[in-house]
Amino acid sequence: MYELAYDLIIILLKIFAILIPLMTAVAYLTYAERRLIGFMQVRIGPNRVGFFGFRMFGLGQPIADAVKLMFKEIVMPAEANRYLFVIAPILAIAPALAAWAVVPFGDGLVLADINAGLLYILALTSLGVYGVIIAGWASNSKYAFLGAMRSAAQIVSYEIAMGFALVGVLMAAHSLNLREIVLQQSGGFWHWYWLPLLPLFMVYLISGVAETNRAPFDVAEGESEIVAGFHVEYSGMLFAVFFLAEYANIILISMLTVLMFWGGWLSPFEGIPLLGAATAWIPGIFWLVMKTFFFMFCFLWFRATFPRYRYDQIMRLGWKVLIPVTIVWLVVLAVAIVAKLPPWFG
Amino acid sequence: MGFEKIIFYFFAAILVVSALRVITVRNTVHAALFLVLAFFTTAALWLMLEAEFLAMTLVLVYVGAVMVLFLFVVMMLDIDVSVLRAGFTRYLPVGATVAVVVIIEMSYFLLGGFDNSKFTPVKHGVEYSNTRAIGNVLYTDYLFVFEIAAVILLLAIVAAISLTLRKRKDTRYQTPGNQVKVRKSDRIRIVKDMDTES
Repeated sequence: MYELAYDLIIILLKIFAILIPLMTAVAYLTYAERRLIGFMQVRIGPNRVGFFGFRMFGLGQPIADAVKLMFKEIVMPAEANRYLFVIAPILAIAPALAAWAVVPFGDGLVLADINAGLLYILALTSLGVYGVIIAGWASNSKYAFLGAMRSAAQIVSYEIAMGFALVGVLMAAHSLNLREIVLQQSGGFWHWYWLPLLPLFMVYLISGVAETNRAPFDVAEGESEIVAGFHVEYSGMLFAVFFLAEYANIILISMLTVLMFWGGWLSPFEGIPLLGAATAWIPGIFWLVMKTFFFMFCFLWFRATFPRYRYDQIMRLGWKVLIPVTIVWLVVLAVAIVAKLPPWFG
Repeated sequence: MGFEKIIFYFFAAILVVSALRVITVRNTVHAALFLVLAFFTTAALWLMLEAEFLAMTLVLVYVGAVMVLFLFVVMMLDIDVSVLRAGFTRYLPVGATVAVVVIIEMSYFLLGGFDNSKFTPVKHGVEYSNTRAIGNVLYTDYLFVFEIAAVILLLAIVAAISLTLRKRKDTRYQTPGNQVKVRKSDRIRIVKDMDTES
């Protein structure tokens, strides 16, 4: 009995060890987004709120925002479905957090090293759409409902392309275990899967942006047409939870892209004569975080750069471009694997 | 063993209650959501049987895709419950007959009891991957059955689309091919600015 309690406490501590940095990252991703997009648009962005009277480039902004949102009133629309209205944000954030259970941060640095990790990730990321649909329906507002409908159709469509891209990774690595997928890529920069799986990597990244409802695929929010889409009726902490879920998903998708296509925690200098040995002391998690930062930056960069897609164009891109590309590349990949193409499948 | 049983009964209770709510609740959206809960709890029970692959596929396929589309449709429907209730007595004989047949069939199998020795799950080590095991069986022993099932599903997809796809004359369509081919020179004519010119 004591052993069970001991195990549970250890697992809980590990969960906190993942969640606390994650939540901090989410908070500062919102700050980074506002600042970076500000610079890209030749503005300054939030630079006022600091700590203890020092401005510090506005680093206190996310904390101030969080405190503000916590103390705001939660307005419940009179005709809303009360239970579902409250449950929806929880359903949005639960899968975004639960998926982190199988994400390895290094060799052996993982909460649950299960052998169907990739499938678990796919299953959980497919659940995020419920938060959006239920929020849209429970709000009993036409804008929210339109946003929910758009989002549901979009997420279901892009999930197919995303799933196919992951099938390619699974074929190449012969494993569904994320740790093994990373280890299969060892051997240096040119051994990572981004090169043999380049089309699948592009498809995964694009679908990842679409799955998280980010610009240029953010028609679910579409502030110029349907105000703010599914969360138009939400305020205060309930709104903040949707916000957290969206940013947690961005970080998750970025990290999964790194794990599956960019060698996870492997050093980019591996196998290079002098540089490889000189940087061997750097822990793997440093590389993982650096690579993840790059893709998180891409998410912000896309938002500042691309105009929003028209809805029928989103559907066309998903069904008529991305899915055929993945299917063709799966065939190419199968031939390459059977032919034992070096250096990846040799 | 005790801890596992507690978890089992916990999930089993949720499953039974949510399955009952699917057919008793009035709101169709609530019914669909209870069905989602039922699927999810079933997946949890399958996980306890060490059927990870099937459990996750259940969540991925049924909860993540099928039920989303289901909800999508149910939310769009404008169902008048009173009309549905009006036919209750008329359909009662048919419904009751079906129910009796189902009860007889199920009791025929269930009352005989299970031969537990056949169904005791084999405990495997951590290294055992049942994804690999299912794949090995599916693509060797059951290859043709598997392929036939896939073809039937494809047929159903094609049939569903061809049945519902109809071109209406008054609908305006975009031709994406033409839109993609558009170049800057087709849309923009640059006019020289007189002020900077002189």
